[in-house]
Amino acid sequence: MSFRPTASVKNLELRSKKLAQLRSHFAEAGFVEVETPLLSHDTVVDRHLHPVLVSIDGEDLWLQTSPEFAMKRLVASGMDAIYQITRAVRSGENGKLHNTEFTILEWYKVGQSYEAAREFLSSLAEAILGISPPEQITYQDLFRQSIDLDPINDSESLFTRRASELGLHVPDAWETLDRDSKLDFLLADAIQPQLQSRAMVVYDYPASQAALAASNGETAERFELFINGLELANGYHELLDAKELRDRNRDTNEQRLVDGNDALPEESRLLDAMDSGLPDCSGVALGIDRLMMIAAGTESIRDVIAFPMDRA
Amino acid sequence: MAVYKTNEFRKGLKVQIDGDPYLMIEMNFVKPGKGNAFYKCKLRNLVRGTVLDRTYKGGDSLEAADVEEVGVQYLYRQGDTFVFMENKTYEQYELSSEQVDDNWKYLKDGTTCSMVLYNGNPITLTPPNHVELLVEYCEPGAKGDTATNVTKPVKVETGAEFICPAFIEMGNVIRIDTRSGDYIERVSVK
Repeated sequence: MSFRPTASVKNLELRSKKLAQLRSHFAEAGFVEVETPLLSHDTVVDRHLHPVLVSIDGEDLWLQTSPEFAMKRLVASGMDAIYQITRAVRSGENGKLHNTEFTILEWYKVGQSYEAAREFLSSLAEAILGISPPEQITYQDLFRQSIDLDPINDSESLFTRRASELGLHVPDAWETLDRDSKLDFLLADAIQPQLQSRAMVVYDYPASQAALAASNGETAERFELFINGLELANGYHELLDAKELRDRNRDTNEQRLVDGNDALPEESRLLDAMDSGLPDCSGVALGIDRLMMIAAGTESIRDVIAFPMDRA
Repeated sequence: MAVYKTNEFRKGLKVQIDGDPYLMIEMNFVKPGKGNAFYKCKLRNLVRGTVLDRTYKGGDSLEAADVEEVGVQYLYRQGDTFVFMENKTYEQYELSSEQVDDNWKYLKDGTTCSMVLYNGNPITLTPPNHVELLVEYCEPGAKGDTATNVTKPVKVETGAEFICPAFIEMGNVIRIDTRSGDYIERVSVK
């Protein structure tokens, strides 16, 4: 068994340099660095995220899938520009672009509009990676331009026809996949591979993929950063309505049960914070390991992590 | 029967699809951050050698294939049947000439091969990469011709013919690469 890191010393040094750059970027923008626990009584209720429950001294706690809940509790408690660089754990996610335990950068800013939040993310990517400004494109236009499909208005049978015209190897269970899962597959399999040497912020996701973003019923105020087809960051103009979140949690748990997964606890201290009043804010989570992949120009996450899970 | 769930999928897994055993030769995990997980797999059919592209979604599963690789010795041929013995258990296995395919050219008494068993039945045979075979018949070469670019067919003890340099003579032992059927070198001269 090798005790050595899978990442080169050069890449580990680059990591250190980029982390320092990120910290000074946030300090200059007036953000305060915070630390919140890895272990929590609460967890994000998401259909496709599988949190790990650990038992410690007779108590069951979740390893966070992101620091979102804890950071929003700080925002609801009066902190108006915060960021954090920490670890998150997502069960079942392992591959060339995933390590079960990964480093996540997350930030929140009170009063930052949807547009300003996208702008801040773009300027961060420019500053840290030295790239030209990412294009801004809606989710709908991205699908139209890349695979000539309207993700909001076209029928699922048209999705199926396009997938076959494009020669995709769709999952055996394609017909049983719901609309969003079909879109996930088209994005990952047909669109992302086309985005080589491009940087873009994709925004206005379908409302059904709102997660914790505010939504107008048709589209959600959610955006993502893609560089060279790699998904780097996910941001929201945040949902503030506690009742709406309770409804989404209930729906998500129903879907989780249909998928054969356990339901997750729907009540949380985040909901308490939202009940007491979460100020209007935007927030973004960014995968640090993937950012390092772009900075180092490598194709595998193993090249930028000292000890990936099989060597941890 | 054991079942592999998608989170156990990895290169090297042996699985069963439509009754055939497959080896997972490539596995790519694809997942939009908030989206469904997909597992893009390349699978090689262990009987036919064909390659299949399949995509699975998180939560799918595949049946494990009872496949093992054993070392065997070639014993003898009876008509269309080739008989082998497993080195450890002395269990005997029979393969048809169709299953043995072109590999009969390399099989002489005692040749050690590797055999893949599926549900306990032999499905494929792989001879060692190099075998040494005795030349039983060939035309005599021109005197003093040691060039390797002049070739001629040579018949060996298994009954197969190989293209060899013209200086090879009857009674020589030659080494053949079983992956290509190419002559490598002369091992000994009688």
